[in-house]
Amino acid sequence: MRRHSLQHDGEGRLRHLLTTEGLKRQQIVDILDTAESFISVSDQQVRKVPLLRGKTVVNLFFEASTRTLTTFELAAKRLSADVLKINIDTSATVKGESLLDMLHNLEAMQCDMFVVRHADSGAAHLIAQHVAPHVSVINAGDGSHAHPTQALLDMFTIRRRKGEFAPLTVAIVGDIKHSRVARSQIHALTTLGVSELRVVAPKTLLPADVETLGVHVFHDLDEGLRDADVVIMLRLQKERMQGAMLPSEGEYFRTYGLTEERLEAARPDAIVMHPGPINRGVEIASSVADGPQSVILEQVSNGIAVRMAVMSMVLGRAPAEGEGA
Amino acid sequence: MTEQDDIEPLIRQMADELRARLEAARVRDALMVGIHTGGLWVAQRLHGLLGLEQPLGELDISFYRDDFSRIGMNPQVRPSRLPVSVDERHIILVDDILHTGRTIRAAMNELFDYGRPAAITLAVLGERSGRELPIQADVVGRHFDLGEHEHVKLSGPEPLRLSIVEAP
Repeated sequence: MRRHSLQHDGEGRLRHLLTTEGLKRQQIVDILDTAESFISVSDQQVRKVPLLRGKTVVNLFFEASTRTLTTFELAAKRLSADVLKINIDTSATVKGESLLDMLHNLEAMQCDMFVVRHADSGAAHLIAQHVAPHVSVINAGDGSHAHPTQALLDMFTIRRRKGEFAPLTVAIVGDIKHSRVARSQIHALTTLGVSELRVVAPKTLLPADVETLGVHVFHDLDEGLRDADVVIMLRLQKERMQGAMLPSEGEYFRTYGLTEERLEAARPDAIVMHPGPINRGVEIASSVADGPQSVILEQVSNGIAVRMAVMSMVLGRAPAEGEGA
Repeated sequence: MTEQDDIEPLIRQMADELRARLEAARVRDALMVGIHTGGLWVAQRLHGLLGLEQPLGELDISFYRDDFSRIGMNPQVRPSRLPVSVDERHIILVDDILHTGRTIRAAMNELFDYGRPAAITLAVLGERSGRELPIQADVVGRHFDLGEHEHVKLSGPEPLRLSIVEAP
């Protein structure tokens, strides 16, 4: 429980964003609505608003990422914040300085927000437990646990394309077991209340307790895709796999890869999503990834507006009672 | 609390004044922009009366407020929509009540992030004392003389109604 309440302040407002688990429906809707307003900022000649002028955002990326890091950086800059990127490989942690010592040093430099990506589950929570009262933490992906801003930008993309969530059938296909994205999507989609949420994967790529999350499990791709409105393909996390979870990439593509023919099982107006980076020819055929039903690049642009919304809402809380200004 | 029920004559008079101004300055292709929420209601009326060619623009100034760090993010922010470029265009900016001038400051900053307008004309349904910035309206529906603790409020959109309320 503590993990979930950690991200809210005494008045129930978001102080950190660590996971989509435990977010209230209205809170998700507020984030999506605010993001909608930030979309128009990219129509401006000066693609910036002065909301976070004078605030400092630090990107702490302990794990490589291009898209997430870039969109977080762009989001912060479009809010007029100052942005630092700490390259962990070359920083003091390798010289034996502990992570928390480094954080406290950054706090002493009046940083306001840490955006954290780490290969270990729970890293952002750990940092959130130890930061000064004026500092907020955003989880940009921790191990196979959570990636809340990715899930929120996916919800935003679905809502822009499909409108209401209630009538939708959503299929999440692929490596659910290692996917922090899938976990965060499942929490968000069940909170928003879709008609049916399916996960489609071989047994070896499903977490043991997956049914308890409120999803229908399919092992056959064609059945899992039938009449789906939204098809979310996951990246095969080759680097996270140990042992023989898969026969081979070719075999995986034949069984679970999304091709144009197999997509025909879904509704004709179904959208195809992927959090990236894509393994072409492993989980998805290029003709689908680049095809008319794909919204993969839209997800990337929407990521900027959604991250702007989260950052400004978290840093834009009026100071609560008993909280340092 | 007192109410002014008849807003429509005020708006018609504002429209006449605006029309005269635009003609005198030989303005073509003006873009009217209403500030959320009350200003937009007034702008919708004016836009209809003036028969402007360009669709009405709307501005939500939440991202440009000067009290963001004090009162936080407005949870009900709506997207700003400017249907055409503001570059070299005459802008008619419309708000409901001109009081401190801070809203207009924010609105002008936002407009300038969309481009460089040729000119901005400010039209407000009501104005009152209490300016904190050197900002004044070009077209005013009605001036209010208010006591220290009184405020003017516009409710709407149907019907539009101005009322003077005692601040708590």
